[in-house]
Amino acid sequence: MTEASARITPSRNQLFLAYLQIGLTSFGGVNAWARRFFVEKKGWLSEQEYAEALGIGQVLPGANALNTAIGIGTRFHGATGALACAAGLFAGPMILLAAVASLYDSYGQLPLVRAILTGIAAAAAGMVMGTAMKMATKLRPSLPLWAIGLTALAMAVLRVPMPYVLLALAPLGLLAAWHETR
Amino acid sequence: MILLGQILVAFGTLSLVAIGGANAVLPEMHRLVVEVHHWMDDATFTQLFAMAQAAPGPNILAASVMGWHIAGPAGMMAATLGMLVPSACLAWIMAGLTIRLRGNTWMKPAQFGLVPIAVGLIAASGLIMAQAAGTSWLSFLIIGASTVFVWRTKHSPLWVLAGGGLLGLVLL
Repeated sequence: MTEASARITPSRNQLFLAYLQIGLTSFGGVNAWARRFFVEKKGWLSEQEYAEALGIGQVLPGANALNTAIGIGTRFHGATGALACAAGLFAGPMILLAAVASLYDSYGQLPLVRAILTGIAAAAAGMVMGTAMKMATKLRPSLPLWAIGLTALAMAVLRVPMPYVLLALAPLGLLAAWHETR
Repeated sequence: MILLGQILVAFGTLSLVAIGGANAVLPEMHRLVVEVHHWMDDATFTQLFAMAQAAPGPNILAASVMGWHIAGPAGMMAATLGMLVPSACLAWIMAGLTIRLRGNTWMKPAQFGLVPIAVGLIAASGLIMAQAAGTSWLSFLIIGASTVFVWRTKHSPLWVLAGGGLLGLVLL
């Protein structure tokens, strides 16, 4: 807690409850909801502090939302704070998804359910492609970064195992970015 | 027990290469779950992933739903722990280093240089899902409309998921 000393430090309970609420309401991605809660609603973090936690969460592998939650929890209460945030984030959705998954096992093969799920799956495929296009449009990457992104796309479609994709492309990406941000 | 161990290892490996989150890791998840281990078919994989997208919470929970489908509640636990614990440990270690890393000169290029890889992988995820979901002219129509909607508007993507489900109900 460096420059945040003037702010209120939430307790572990408050962190758990905050993330419980975020986890259960965050349709379509956690990060926007978490920012709203921590920065706008509660004022526990400044805009800059949240952006830093999110930035590190995005560079690391795994769920960005979880990495960010662990960063925020650690900042306030160390390891137990991280545990409180992570547990809060996953408790609600896990129970919900267990219910959904068991319903799928029982009713997933019914023609009516299958029709609805096929429609949702098609929409989700478009949603994922649309997200990629939106990100590419917003980021306006330079030519080398475009090439790296398209190579990643091609390798993944050809089912090249991901560790190889990262080993081959991450150094190139870092090199290109280092050149451009220098 | 062997199955649970396999689930734990498969998703644990995914955890550490999941740069860019759930959408970016989908091609590798598909490769392991459908092609290497044959735990489910293409259509089931796509539907389970779509269900996790439609539900609230982190999209990485797609792993949990698949774990349940493969081996019930214990499978769900194994997949979830495998998917979350390795990367969470890494995040916790990094959080401890954060104060020293703040404003560090490599943070910016790291974010900047890995993003295009993540975006490329997300695009690949969309294509792989579209391959599995595109079974009729109507599904292609839904895929196309949903792509344009999410790309071009700022409305919540939940609208297209709901719309897709409704169209499927009425027309498929």
